[in-house]
Amino acid sequence: MDRFAAFKWQALFRDWHILLEGLGRTASTAGLALLLALALGVLFGVLATAPWRSGRTVSRLYVSLIQNTPLVTQVFFLYYALPHFDIMLPTPVVGVLGLGVYHGAYVTEVVRAGIQAIHRGQLEAALSQGFSYVQAMRYVILPQAAQIVLPPMTNQAVALIKNSSILAMISGGDLMFQADSWSASTGYYGPAYLTVWAIYFAICFPLAQLARRWEERVRLSRGGEVTAA
Amino acid sequence: MMEELAALAQWHNVRFMAEGLWITLRISGLTIAFSFILGTLLGVMRYSGHWLLARIAAVYIESFRASPLILLILLFRFTMPLKPVNSGTLAMTLFTAAIVGEIVRGGLNSVDKGQWEAARSQGFTWWQTMQHIVLPQALRKMIPPLTGQFITVVKDTSYVWVVGVQELTGKGVIILGQHGSTL
Repeated sequence: MDRFAAFKWQALFRDWHILLEGLGRTASTAGLALLLALALGVLFGVLATAPWRSGRTVSRLYVSLIQNTPLVTQVFFLYYALPHFDIMLPTPVVGVLGLGVYHGAYVTEVVRAGIQAIHRGQLEAALSQGFSYVQAMRYVILPQAAQIVLPPMTNQAVALIKNSSILAMISGGDLMFQADSWSASTGYYGPAYLTVWAIYFAICFPLAQLARRWEERVRLSRGGEVTAA
Repeated sequence: MMEELAALAQWHNVRFMAEGLWITLRISGLTIAFSFILGTLLGVMRYSGHWLLARIAAVYIESFRASPLILLILLFRFTMPLKPVNSGTLAMTLFTAAIVGEIVRGGLNSVDKGQWEAARSQGFTWWQTMQHIVLPQALRKMIPPLTGQFITVVKDTSYVWVVGVQELTGKGVIILGQHGSTL
C-alpha cells in the first residue's frame, strides 16, 4: 500500500494549485472545442439532410473520415505532421481544433438524427408558406430538433471532456498532463491519478445523470405525442 | 513529394509498421474478448436488482465510465507490476467492460417481461431463464451497439502509445520523426 502512502497525498495537496491550473486548461479547451463541435455538427447535420446531393456527400465524407480514425492520430497529425508543411499551430489551438473536429463528426450524426425525427410535414408546411430551405431549418425544424438532441448532445459533452485528456499526449497542460508531470517529477503516481479520477468523476457523472433524466423526459413527451395523435 | 513518399515505402519501414499493426490487433482482440465476458457479467449483475451485486456493478460501471481511458492506462502502468502492453490491455479491458455492461443492461431491458413470466411459470430457475431465454434474445439487440463499441476499441488502442507501447500510431510517430526532415 506504500504506493498510496499518506505523505504522498500530503505532498499532492500542498501542490493543489498545479491541478487547479490543469483543470482551468481542461475547462477552457473543452468549452471552446464544444462550441466548434456544435457549429460543425449543425452545419454538416443540416447538410446531411439537405435536398442537394453534393451537400449530403460532403457531410458523409466528413463523418466517415473522422469517425473511423482515432482521435490520437488526428491530434498527432495536427501536432507532429503539420509543422513539416510549415504550419505551426500552438498547442491550445491543436487541442481545440482536434477535439472540435473529432466531436463535430459525432454531433453531426446527432443533429441528423434529430432533424429526421421531426415530422416531414413540418418542412413541407414551412416551405409552402414561403420560407426558404435555410429559413425553414432555422426557424421551424432546428428549434424542434433541439429538444430531442439535448440528451445525446450532453453525452457528447461528457465524452469531449474525457477526451480532452488527449492534451496530456502533446504537453497541453490540461488536468491529466499536470497530474502526469507532477507525478513524474515526484514519483507519487497513485495519489495524483486517483485524485484526477475523482475530479473527472465529479464533472462527468452528474452530466451523464442529467442526460439520462432528459432522455427519459423526451421519451415520455414524444410517447405522449404519438398516443395523442 | 512522390519521391519522399517512395522513400517511406521501403521494406524495413513497412515491416516496422506491420509490427505496430500486429500489436494494435492483439491489444484490440484481447480487450474485446475479455471486456465482452466481464461486461456481460456486469450487465447481468446490474439488471438482476440484487441488493449487493447490482450495487457493485453500478459503482463499477459509473466510476469507470466517468474516467478518461488515458488516465486508467497511466494509473495501471505506474501502480501495477506489469509490462506496459499488459497494463494497457488491462486498463482498456476494464474500461470497455463498463460500457459493454451498460449495453448488455440495455439489451436485457428491451426483452419483454412476458418472456420471464412464461419461462418461470414453466419451472425454469432464474439463472436458466437468463441463460436460455432472455440473454440470447438480448444478445441479438446488442449487436449494433456492441459492434460500434468494438470499433471504438480498435481506435482507442492508440492511447497505449502514451505509456510507450509501439502500436500503429506509435510506429507512425517514430517513422515521422526519422523521415520528417525530408518530408
